[in-house]
Amino acid sequence: MKNENLYNYILGIADNSLILGQRLGELCGHGPSLETDIACTNMSLDLLGQVRSYYQYATKIAGDGRTEDDIAMLRKEREYFNVLLVEQPNTDFGYTMARQFLFDVYHFLMLTELEKSTDLNLSAIAKKSIKEVSYHKRFSSDWIKRLGDGTEESHSRIQTAINDLWTYTDELFHQTEADKAMVAEGVGVDVTKLKDAYYEEVNAVLEEATLSVPESKYFQKGGKQGIHTEHMGYLLADLQYMQRTYPNMEW
Amino acid sequence: MSEEQIKNLEEQFEARIARDEKIEPKDWMPEKYRQTHIRQISQHAHSEIVGMLPEGNWITRAPSLRRKVALLAKVQDEAGHGLYLYSACETLGISRDELYEQLHSGKAKYSSIFNYPTVTWADMGAIGWLVDGAAIINQVPLCSTSFGPYARAMVRVCKEESFHQRQGYEIMLKLCNGTPEQKEMAQDALNRWWWPSLMMLGPTDDMSVHTEQSMKWKLKRKTNDELRQQFIDQTVPQADILGLTIPDPDLKWNEERQSYDFGEIDWEEFWQVVKGHGPMNKARMKARVGAWERGEWVRDAAMAHAEKQQERKNKQVV
Repeated sequence: MKNENLYNYILGIADNSLILGQRLGELCGHGPSLETDIACTNMSLDLLGQVRSYYQYATKIAGDGRTEDDIAMLRKEREYFNVLLVEQPNTDFGYTMARQFLFDVYHFLMLTELEKSTDLNLSAIAKKSIKEVSYHKRFSSDWIKRLGDGTEESHSRIQTAINDLWTYTDELFHQTEADKAMVAEGVGVDVTKLKDAYYEEVNAVLEEATLSVPESKYFQKGGKQGIHTEHMGYLLADLQYMQRTYPNMEW
Repeated sequence: MSEEQIKNLEEQFEARIARDEKIEPKDWMPEKYRQTHIRQISQHAHSEIVGMLPEGNWITRAPSLRRKVALLAKVQDEAGHGLYLYSACETLGISRDELYEQLHSGKAKYSSIFNYPTVTWADMGAIGWLVDGAAIINQVPLCSTSFGPYARAMVRVCKEESFHQRQGYEIMLKLCNGTPEQKEMAQDALNRWWWPSLMMLGPTDDMSVHTEQSMKWKLKRKTNDELRQQFIDQTVPQADILGLTIPDPDLKWNEERQSYDFGEIDWEEFWQVVKGHGPMNKARMKARVGAWERGEWVRDAAMAHAEKQQERKNKQVV
């Protein structure tokens, strides 16, 4: 492929939205209230809409006849480049909101930079997505505060979720080879530069929520290299079920 | 209030409905009108919410991104319908929590069709085409029903349902124009959903207990049998376009009636499912009650936070 770095760079961004969108989709119809159910579905819809734009662009770069669905549903687990954070399960609403919040703050910062990309397609997708993601961030931040401040039980649950997911935050700022190449070309976002702003914002929300910032300095990584947690295989089994069971058909 | 005064109010009330005036929540209404509307609107809201489950079952496994997004949006619409129907119902003096309690305890009913399982992707097509199709036939007349909040909610619900039906039919069309395996999947779905869809339009007129009063209050404009006939006459040509066979050997065009004759519906099955013994009744309730119970700490936290915020605000004012 001529533009392999660009292709891989796009997948690195899009896979995060795909996997998080899939996770949120699991909850549709099972939320704690109708309002939160509708809101989580909305975020899932936004993310999957973004995914389609990214993958459609990626199919043009690949130029080998693969479709957006081939990219979304017919790769092997080792070929998905999403961060470990987004594949973590919906253990309870606390985990779902903690995962969302820890991703949204990053996502918003990243898109703000991506909007300045010299690649006009990526810039346009970022411009559209950023409006949606600013809403996601507001929604998840509000819930972090609500759960932190709410009852003893909610405080303890959301603190546990933040503590458990904290280990996946550092990976957001790792660079792949494709990332580095794209940063050099002015196409990609240098995520290493987002780190300080990220933790500053996250910590401020946690503080307002009366939650403590986890002190652990041990972090997990691997997603960006396609080495995932054990949850990923099951998620893909669902995501790929139809395409694998009925190959080469249109739906 | 004396009996005569009540009788007078009742007469004025019936006259307003006869003049096609809308009844609004603050207007005087007979207790029976209020109770009937709470029953019907909440039953409708519950059907939307329970109805999210069979289709929600395929969101993570939808065969393409386009289908996944469309299905998510559809199931989300159903949550939205539930939301405005519960709100409409609340104007009659009952809370959403009480209505949920009625659903979870089994006191309130919801449409029995959702007690059937969705076992293949084609079921997403069949539900949209047949179940939403039957729902539209049931619901369009409600856009001009006498109770204002219900009528207004139904205008929006019907617009979205009609979109859902087209979406379902399009899924079927794609399957029927696909591989033999896909077409077989579509036929299998039609075979399983056809009869339950006919049952959705309610018991036969001679068995229906609420029809007469409901007609008077414009909660119903046509009888169950009339609606069922309308559904069949409308759906058979659509099945022909798909090249699918309706699973009823007695189905035959009646030149004289200008309608289809059709076979005997298995009412025993209908009552079995209504009474709680369909294939998925227990699973659906378990899913609803489970979501509600798992969400309790979240709702409590939201309430506690709102109260604390209010206290802080009050302190600032002092």
